[in-house]
Amino acid sequence: MNFLTNLISGLSLGSVYAIIALGYTMVYGISKMLNFAHGDVIMIGGYMSFIMSMYVGMNAWIALLVAIIVCTVLGITIERLAYRPLRGTGSLAVLITAIGVSYFLQNIALLIWGANPKMFTSLFKGMGALKLAGGQLTITPESLFTILANIAIMIGLTLFVSKTKAGKAMRAVSEDNGAAQLMGINVNQSISLTFAIGSGLAAVAGVLMLSAYPVLMPTTGAMPGIKAFTAAVFGGIGSIPGAMIGGLILGIIEIFSRAYISTELSDAIVFACLILVLLVKPTGLLGKKISEKV
Amino acid sequence: MADRILKSISTRGLKNAVRGSQYKREALISYGILIVGYILLQLGAATGMIGHNLQGQFVPICVYASLAVSLNLVVGISGELSLGHAGFMAVGAFSGILVSRIIGFHMGAEPVILVISMLVAAFMAAIAGFIIGIPILGLRGDYLAIVTLAFGEIIRNLMNVIYFGLDDKGHLKFAFNHPIEGIENSQRVITGAIGATGTKTMANFTWGILLCLFTVFIVLNMKNSKQGRAIMSIRDNRIAGESIGLDVRKYKLMAFVVSAALAGMAGCLFGLNYSTLAPVKFNFNTSVLILVFVVLGGVGNIWGGIIAAALLTILPEAFRQFADYRMLTYAVVLILVMIGTYNPTIKSRINAMWSKINPMKNKDKKKSSKNKKTGKEAA
Amino acid sequence: MKKTWTKFAVVAMSFMMVFALAACGGGSSDSGDAGSTALKLGNTGPLTGPAAIYGNAVKNGGQLAVDEINAAAGSEVLAWQAEDDEADGEKAVNAYNKLMDDGMQVFVGSTTSGSAVAATEKAFEDRVFTLTPSASQVAVTEGKDNVFQLCFSDPNQGVAAAKYIVDNMPDAKVGVIYNNDSDYSSGIYAKFKEEYEKSGKKLVAEEASAEANTDYQAQVNSMKNAGADLVFLPTYYTPASNVLIQADKVDYTPTFFGVDGMDGILTLEGFDTKLADGVMLLTPFIASAEDEATQKFVKAYKDAYGEEPNQFAADAYDCVYAVYNAFQETGLDASAANDEICDALVKAFTGGFKYSGLTGADMQWNEAGEVNKTPNAMVIKNGVYEPVK
Repeated sequence: MNFLTNLISGLSLGSVYAIIALGYTMVYGISKMLNFAHGDVIMIGGYMSFIMSMYVGMNAWIALLVAIIVCTVLGITIERLAYRPLRGTGSLAVLITAIGVSYFLQNIALLIWGANPKMFTSLFKGMGALKLAGGQLTITPESLFTILANIAIMIGLTLFVSKTKAGKAMRAVSEDNGAAQLMGINVNQSISLTFAIGSGLAAVAGVLMLSAYPVLMPTTGAMPGIKAFTAAVFGGIGSIPGAMIGGLILGIIEIFSRAYISTELSDAIVFACLILVLLVKPTGLLGKKISEKV
Repeated sequence: MADRILKSISTRGLKNAVRGSQYKREALISYGILIVGYILLQLGAATGMIGHNLQGQFVPICVYASLAVSLNLVVGISGELSLGHAGFMAVGAFSGILVSRIIGFHMGAEPVILVISMLVAAFMAAIAGFIIGIPILGLRGDYLAIVTLAFGEIIRNLMNVIYFGLDDKGHLKFAFNHPIEGIENSQRVITGAIGATGTKTMANFTWGILLCLFTVFIVLNMKNSKQGRAIMSIRDNRIAGESIGLDVRKYKLMAFVVSAALAGMAGCLFGLNYSTLAPVKFNFNTSVLILVFVVLGGVGNIWGGIIAAALLTILPEAFRQFADYRMLTYAVVLILVMIGTYNPTIKSRINAMWSKINPMKNKDKKKSSKNKKTGKEAA
Repeated sequence: MKKTWTKFAVVAMSFMMVFALAACGGGSSDSGDAGSTALKLGNTGPLTGPAAIYGNAVKNGGQLAVDEINAAAGSEVLAWQAEDDEADGEKAVNAYNKLMDDGMQVFVGSTTSGSAVAATEKAFEDRVFTLTPSASQVAVTEGKDNVFQLCFSDPNQGVAAAKYIVDNMPDAKVGVIYNNDSDYSSGIYAKFKEEYEKSGKKLVAEEASAEANTDYQAQVNSMKNAGADLVFLPTYYTPASNVLIQADKVDYTPTFFGVDGMDGILTLEGFDTKLADGVMLLTPFIASAEDEATQKFVKAYKDAYGEEPNQFAADAYDCVYAVYNAFQETGLDASAANDEICDALVKAFTGGFKYSGLTGADMQWNEAGEVNKTPNAMVIKNGVYEPVK
């Protein structure tokens, strides 16, 4: 039973990583940049939702909606102001800029909301836990809904990317930026849309994560951001199913190494697994093999 | 295809010819900055013109400058993105501190202790660099970045559970994942997350400058050696390099290990500058900080990295009165500088402005136009 | 070459631009330049970053005491300057040096232990008298005759907690969850374990976690499976609140036993205080204490800073008063040299100087720099602290 309990919390944590990793992977796919500020968008989403429900008195679900909208706008703005001027100038400049944006968001949050941690109220407050096998196996509503949300987002996103016009345009831009432009696709719009979706999902991930692990601080997003980035690379950065598989595996490894090996070394084990995977598959589990043209 | 390879080889030859004279200039400027800086700052400190605050930063500035130079070997010269430089710094710092305590138990000559500690630190960091270098060989670009990031985090995590102590007979005690029992507080050397305590501080500005000079010497020589040219040609065109028989793996690994060893030495000096040092110091942010020095100083530019490290260490201290806005400012400046120096439109405008106010514009213009052609192709 | 110069020009330009803006927006920097009659106290603590809550509490608590003393004296007899050290040893030394440049005479710092060990090393060399409000690690005072602590040292807290549990709850099956990357938490844990096991009993479970970690499922399950009915939590209140939330999720209800860092859990924004019902803690300060001094302090603090003071603020407040009272005993005035002040204060602190304040009555210091005071055992009932029986 213990094993099952751990598996479920691993899946739940992994689902959070997967949703965050989607933002990383889509942005990487389309603009070939590592958006290190993505983790801090989660934190902003968390604060927005907290402020809206605690101070403005909104229903938690409406607060979530507000958080999604704010993060979407934030994502588009960051791309427009900080990343677009640097498009095509090499990954190093954009990487440093992204880190600058990350520091900026953390310090702005510190100035506005202060350093005191806040306890996030769960989105599923009041719902009882699901008890199975005579009370031996407990599934919290947070775990259950996080896993379900992950599945729903995954299906929705896959359909969007493969069926709709905007989604196809995004894929085209990922595949070949120049050719897509020649085919009359508005590249700027596609990239903006990608940032919008990624950041909106970050808000969802933030609220789900904080529902389960409720401490909200200006640095809340940093570590999950790095872990989710790891998950995206694990699964093969640029690949949507890869982000899902990477996130889930990472979450399970983390929870299991905490439960059965060592709580202190769980992060080290997660990162060691990543290195092992990349040794065997240099582009991640589902990553495309980069064929080099001469 | 053959056409392109030929072209790339011929530009490489041309570039190396230009580099020959550039090398002398770069070496001159780098050593000059270090020596003149040392003399000026020592004078300032001796005459009381420089306060405690700036004096206290002399050693960290030297450490960061030499870290920037050593990271440049990987990022600038070998063209790989590394996000784990602080990890090598950590290996060097903690092994160096441990060695200094062990030797310090038996003898008191500080310079000897310091030099031996730094050598051991360099050796340990080189081993770490070698181990992490192996998986890196098969990876490219952003995948390599994530592996170095992961490595940095692993090192920090391991440091959190490692315990060393030195009992009153000078015997070394070690424990993994639990504290050492039955020894006095003052006998603890490295205590997990608390880190190193009771370190005898023996670093000073002179050692710092010596470290910088040594690092610059190694990196510049490596850059200008046969191996260095091979590494740069691999950076510029890997396939062309491979096709003329360069062992890509060997050269990449070499740059990586040397860079790690130098970072270890810098870490050791840093560790011996403070009576306590916690593993959390060597987190992702520190790796990024060093990378920022490299990028702001100009990727591949040795003396640029030194100046950037010095400026970015001093400026946040100099602007303490802005308290809460300090880090926010740092972030904004970082973004503005990146956009200002890399965005094509803004860059050309600033260049135009700069050449108007630059007194050496005629002299410089000729040279830059000559260099521009070759420089462009390298990018 | 030119490219690099251009870059530095841009760096300089943007720094100037942004600072010009910042200066217009928030020119609220407090000047440390008081008249020569004021004794200059300095502090370094994390004013930004994840530990900023502690640094800001000390900064505010110290400021409050200085303002009170100055108002009572009718003139500026004390000056207070707090610098940011981001809870980092390197920055702490920089901040300390900055304070020295600004003429600091007595060092009331650092706030966190890691910073304090590095900064007090300098204070020892410079002969600046130091009374740290909250740096509880032993290495802070060890071997430095002019460095004193106002808070309990970590070992003393661990020993006190172990003794209390052995004496009052002899049948308890004790488990521990601590933060292995926090010097505070792992310091208390180590001494607690040592002292507790002296009584011949073993801890039934020991689990660790990083302080920033928010997932305590594995740790709580391990306690539950080991059958612990008393869980010792030598952590700050944020990790402790996570443990409580997690325990509630799996219907695990042992007695939780905390240390002074637990204070603050009841005012944690958004935290359901019902979960903290029955939590016990040993602490020298609680904001809800009924004595007049505490009430007055809490009210003044709330008026000035809009939030409930925690133990750190009270420690800093006491530090300022203790230094001021001792300084008056020495009969020196603020124009004295640093080493003169230092020697006189060291003599006073080791020579039977007593101070009663918010965090303890009749505090006295020994030669090692440790304070002697008694912690109170408290239990949380219906969202307020009550003394145990």
